[in-house]
Amino acid sequence: MRYVDEYRDGETAHRYAAAIRTTVTRPWTLMEVCGGQTHAIVRFGIDELLPPELSLVHGPGCPVCVTPVEALDRAVAIAARPGVIFCSFGDMLRVPGSERDLFAVKAAGGDVRVVYSPMDAVGIAARHREHQVVFFAVGFETTAPANAMAVLAARARGLRNFSLLVSHVTVPPAMEAILAAPGRRVDGFLAAGHVCTVMGLEEYRPLCARYRVPIVVTGFEPLDLLQGIHMCVRQLEEGRAELENQYARSVAPDGNEAARSAIREVFEIVPRAWRGIGTIPASGLALRASYADLDAEQRFDVTTLHAREDPECRSGLVLQGRIKPLDCPAFGARCTPEHPLGAPMVSAEGACAAYYRYRRIATR
Amino acid sequence: MCLGIPGEVLTIADDELRTGRVRFGGIVKEVCLVYVPEVAVGEFVVVHAGFAISRLDRERADAVFVYLEAIDVTPKLGEDGT
Repeated sequence: MRYVDEYRDGETAHRYAAAIRTTVTRPWTLMEVCGGQTHAIVRFGIDELLPPELSLVHGPGCPVCVTPVEALDRAVAIAARPGVIFCSFGDMLRVPGSERDLFAVKAAGGDVRVVYSPMDAVGIAARHREHQVVFFAVGFETTAPANAMAVLAARARGLRNFSLLVSHVTVPPAMEAILAAPGRRVDGFLAAGHVCTVMGLEEYRPLCARYRVPIVVTGFEPLDLLQGIHMCVRQLEEGRAELENQYARSVAPDGNEAARSAIREVFEIVPRAWRGIGTIPASGLALRASYADLDAEQRFDVTTLHAREDPECRSGLVLQGRIKPLDCPAFGARCTPEHPLGAPMVSAEGACAAYYRYRRIATR
Repeated sequence: MCLGIPGEVLTIADDELRTGRVRFGGIVKEVCLVYVPEVAVGEFVVVHAGFAISRLDRERADAVFVYLEAIDVTPKLGEDGT
């Protein structure tokens, strides 16, 4: 496959690994903040190619994982109502809420549907005017353009039976929360290439300066990751803290202006609770007042639910890069993808799921 | 949901959302190309949640190899025992 296979060449990967080994002289810790990158690192064994001084920790890069329990509980409460067709990306269905997940609602007869794009939910609303169709709008800046367009399309078509349950998050404030936390372990960041594809680079430069941290915007294939790692450790070894763009074939400095403009039209920046981390200021997107009629939270009055997390789940520490999935006592025993205690074991982008899939046998 | 995948644009319709057919390996899907107004048939896009968010820049596609040539001190495979 073009733009995929050429970036997975083994010989080139080993040359990159050798170059990284030559560059590194001291211990460094790098963090990636994208579930897609976490999976590629674990799947292709990128971390195992690196010298022992260099460790990779996984940040809160999985949108499913950081969606707070309250949002799940609201989704479950709305999906369970008669007459509602609840549409979601597939990986949200198994994420545990306080009492149950969306799959349990579906098993009990609720009309919960997996869609590939929010536009599919708009289409369902157009075909089922007698039903309330709700789309669960979660994700980072990468899914925000799609969700914004669904709102604009529903408004343009006059679909009064369509609404959005929004729990959007944005990446740079989470990076700042990690940098500002006491006992910071992270020396450099690999920033998420597709988030930057949408939003551009400008939000990251102040972080480099304020926290003296190199940030390299990085792609998702093995050679992208290896190049991003090399660029980042080279900066660290040379005492630089700059913003660099490894993934220029997709990321323009200003991002995608058409997509950003749609996001600005539909969403405003709000504080948002992150599962396992807590509330981070200015780290979420919510519908603007001018689109409040499309807000499922208001339409269904589900704002006062009390959430409960499984006390055994240590996903908060995993999401902050403070422990790795294998350090959790429940991993692979009481917490598996079939019976997850927390979201990182569920999602295709969750760190625990990646370790369960690719590392369980080797390490246990 | 965050896994963006590169695909080749096969067709572009003349509708409001610039709906296109995009091939990912052996799979062809309908994709909204409204956010990549510059993209043409035969070019590659990165797709998230049914929307293309970028056109892949052919001229920058080799950057990962060019960078390696510039930094690699052991260009021959096996020289350092790998």
